[in-house]
Amino acid sequence: MNAKRKKLIYNSVTFGLVILTYVLCSVFYKDMSRALRGQLIPICCWIVMAVSLNLVVGISGELSLGHAGFMSIGAFTGIILSGWMQKGFLIEDETLRLVLAIVGGGLLAGIFGFLIGIPVLRLRGDYLAIVTLAFGEIIRNVLNCVYISVEEGGGLHFGFIQPNLPGTLLLNGPNGAVSVAKISTFLCGFILVMLALIVVLNLMNSRTGRAIMATRDNRIAAESVGINVTKYKMTAFVTAAALAGMAGALFGLNYSTLIPGKFKFDQSINVLVFVVMGGIGNTLGSVISATVLTILPEMLRDFADYRMLLYAVLLILMMLLTNTPVTRAFFGNIRGMLTRRGPQEHVEANRGTGKGGGAK
Amino acid sequence: MIFLSNLVNGLSLGSIYAIIALGYTMVYGIAKMLNFAHGDVIMVGAYIAFCALQYWGMPPILALLAAMGLCTVLGITIEGLAYRPLRQATSLAVLITAIGMSYLLQNLAQLIWGANPKSFPPVMIQLPTLSLFGDRLKISGVTIVTILANIVIMILLTAFISRTKMGKAMRCVSEDRGAAELMGINVNRTISFTFAVGSALAAVAGILLCSAYPILMPTTGSMPGIKAFTAAVFGGIGSIPGAMIGGILLGVIEILGKAYISTELGDAIVFAVLIIVLLFRPTGLLGKPIREKV
Amino acid sequence: MSETIRKRNQDTKMVPVPSTSIIPERDIDKMPVLECKHLGIDFGGLTAVEDFNLIIGKTEIAGLIGPNGAGKTTVFNLLTKVYEPTRGSVMINGIDMHGMDTVDASRHGIARTFQNIRLFSNMTVEDNVRIGLHNQVRYGMLTGILRLPGYWKKEREQHEKAMELLSLFGMQDMGDMQAGSLPYGAQRRLEIVRALATNPSLLLLDEPAAGMNPHETQELMDNIIKIRDQFQIAVMLIEHDMNLVMGICEGICVLNYGKIIAKGTAEEIQRNPVVIEAYLGKQNQAEAAEAGKEAPKA
Repeated sequence: MNAKRKKLIYNSVTFGLVILTYVLCSVFYKDMSRALRGQLIPICCWIVMAVSLNLVVGISGELSLGHAGFMSIGAFTGIILSGWMQKGFLIEDETLRLVLAIVGGGLLAGIFGFLIGIPVLRLRGDYLAIVTLAFGEIIRNVLNCVYISVEEGGGLHFGFIQPNLPGTLLLNGPNGAVSVAKISTFLCGFILVMLALIVVLNLMNSRTGRAIMATRDNRIAAESVGINVTKYKMTAFVTAAALAGMAGALFGLNYSTLIPGKFKFDQSINVLVFVVMGGIGNTLGSVISATVLTILPEMLRDFADYRMLLYAVLLILMMLLTNTPVTRAFFGNIRGMLTRRGPQEHVEANRGTGKGGGAK
Repeated sequence: MIFLSNLVNGLSLGSIYAIIALGYTMVYGIAKMLNFAHGDVIMVGAYIAFCALQYWGMPPILALLAAMGLCTVLGITIEGLAYRPLRQATSLAVLITAIGMSYLLQNLAQLIWGANPKSFPPVMIQLPTLSLFGDRLKISGVTIVTILANIVIMILLTAFISRTKMGKAMRCVSEDRGAAELMGINVNRTISFTFAVGSALAAVAGILLCSAYPILMPTTGSMPGIKAFTAAVFGGIGSIPGAMIGGILLGVIEILGKAYISTELGDAIVFAVLIIVLLFRPTGLLGKPIREKV
Repeated sequence: MSETIRKRNQDTKMVPVPSTSIIPERDIDKMPVLECKHLGIDFGGLTAVEDFNLIIGKTEIAGLIGPNGAGKTTVFNLLTKVYEPTRGSVMINGIDMHGMDTVDASRHGIARTFQNIRLFSNMTVEDNVRIGLHNQVRYGMLTGILRLPGYWKKEREQHEKAMELLSLFGMQDMGDMQAGSLPYGAQRRLEIVRALATNPSLLLLDEPAAGMNPHETQELMDNIIKIRDQFQIAVMLIEHDMNLVMGICEGICVLNYGKIIAKGTAEEIQRNPVVIEAYLGKQNQAEAAEAGKEAPKA
């Protein structure tokens, strides 16, 4: 099977699975439990988060621990835009507000991605990771101090640390956004997921995407053939930030209240867990693991006390199972038998992927 | 005078960060991994000391030793069960395992001790408050002990690393694991030992932290852990004096920033300083520059 | 076949050009591809390369030899701007390279391979070459994401060019293989193809024959000549295999302790006592002289 057909099949399966799931969910919407129904939109958000983080971690090869920061920028931008339109300009059309909020959230997150990317992408490896974490925390900390209110007629008021503003408060410092109009829809979530998939998958099979992967696989060789490493790392970083911002806007407009504390660094780490569990660089894997790992803790609700414990144990076991030499050889043999290639060759190939796919 | 008092508080907080950062930096230097669960070992240490004092009626010194001992065992166990099988794996896989370990410890603690905050008994350090300049500058006993503990740990650790055989082995493994193994150094034992020392220090840090800020929860260790990790990077991860300097500077900046710039933005200031330092010294204050060979 | 090639290159008449370099007579009217003047670099207090002067003709195959640690790869790194020179200047096709970075160097026509192979090993062979074509066949990010007509056209163009380049080394059937899974010799060849894809005027090969068996080395020699003839470019290579260097290099430059100790044709270099000393040491010099002409066969 040649590489092109493999890619085509992979992409078809990815899109097909997402569309099929959407159709099934729509058809059986009434039969779903309330809890599961409530999870549909967040699942879409986390899928977009995982797919976009995968673009940074898996495809451009930089470990980012601050992805939730971009999500929060998108979320609060979206909430403010929607509130501004509704209360300031009395726009009642929810779809219009939602779309504009998502676009605005993506745009602002993308701009922040660029500004943050300038210093961040000068660093390497673990230093880059800690700085993204630091930026994520700074965003949360600063959002905790921001107050925004809207007056009828469209006037916005900003306050930093001082909460006394005229009009209706849209953003109330550490208390976040309150009485948000819940306008997110599952359809919109589905479209956003499709958009993220189209962007990431098409990017990977294009000149830009290959350049990004080249900077990941071998920075020095990429430069030697005339690829501007910073430019392409930045492209991946900003694209991912914008997608995260869009997911954030959808997420923010799905709840009536939202606090900046919701986007602490453990949220970034959660998304990273989705990416790693789905297989680094594997977009379909990100989609599946984001879905499963969002539903799993909900399904384990009966074991309320133990569910996070179980989650932690599963996480560790998964890592041990997929990353030790013995199990790797075992899986390599199975896969080798399935594809009728020499098992040994497959183990070698796996090892290669493991090394290059990592953040280092 | 208020400045001086803030400075002393900063030094004290910084000393706690420094002790935690030592654990991060030693493990990073030798096992080349970010041990995300380190912050949670601090929390476990504090809980053990809490139990020893509150339920088992131990004197403070015994409680300290119990916490150190049990944390040492915990550190070695974590390393042996979760990290050792991943020696050949990618750094990302190890990082995720460490994150899983961090979740595990937090949730275990929640199961054992409950989610409600416990108030750490003040019996640990019963030194009188030191009054200087006619009562205008007060330094509490906890502060003094914290700063002293940091100095003692620093001296002992430096001596240990430079004078003993195990210290030499640790330096070798940190420099080149493969070569160290060829020279007959037991790499696994050396890494185990590093985790043991780091975890024992974490227990000390946990007790000092909870003596200064006596609220104990399963997530108590998480934020100081991140901050100390930041401190280790700040000073140049892998470098022991770097962790010390990074930790103290970070503590001082945090307290002074909260006092003079904005209480709300304290954390943002700390992280902003980290970013600025890394921009000018991409491998931290005392880190060795990396040069990729072409 | 390689015997005739050896003969053909030994026949090249070398003529001196201003400064101390020699270039092939056929290139004398053309702008030299590379001109280094007093090039030097210090690492801390250590001088790695000093007063490096060299001119390479438009279609010359030049050799850079010298004992281990002489600074050969450092010269390559200076030419490709991995390091910024401390002193001196480099001109590529008459353009001063001052202030350029690695990417600029590639755009101005310097391509290279690496001593320790640096392929994009998780990607396919074809993708490796396509990445080499990055600045040759261009289209924008949006064209790629939205799959506009330009995407399909340029992708086809990339594919065709990549296949054409791969077929130079008979690798056109390996396009779908993972680059990292190729045998060693094929990996080295792929690196050369990738470098050629950037449309260079000067190809730098860092130990292209390392790890190859004699048969593969012979093939490589043929291929280097073929590349030079077909693309009309200059090649500069670092190599320890003296059969290869003496066989195909027209001008040879010998480096020791960061300084050029000799320049000349293969014959001149083989006879040069300073070179023999650098390779074999003083005591052995007499024995070496007795042993015959193939002295620097280190």
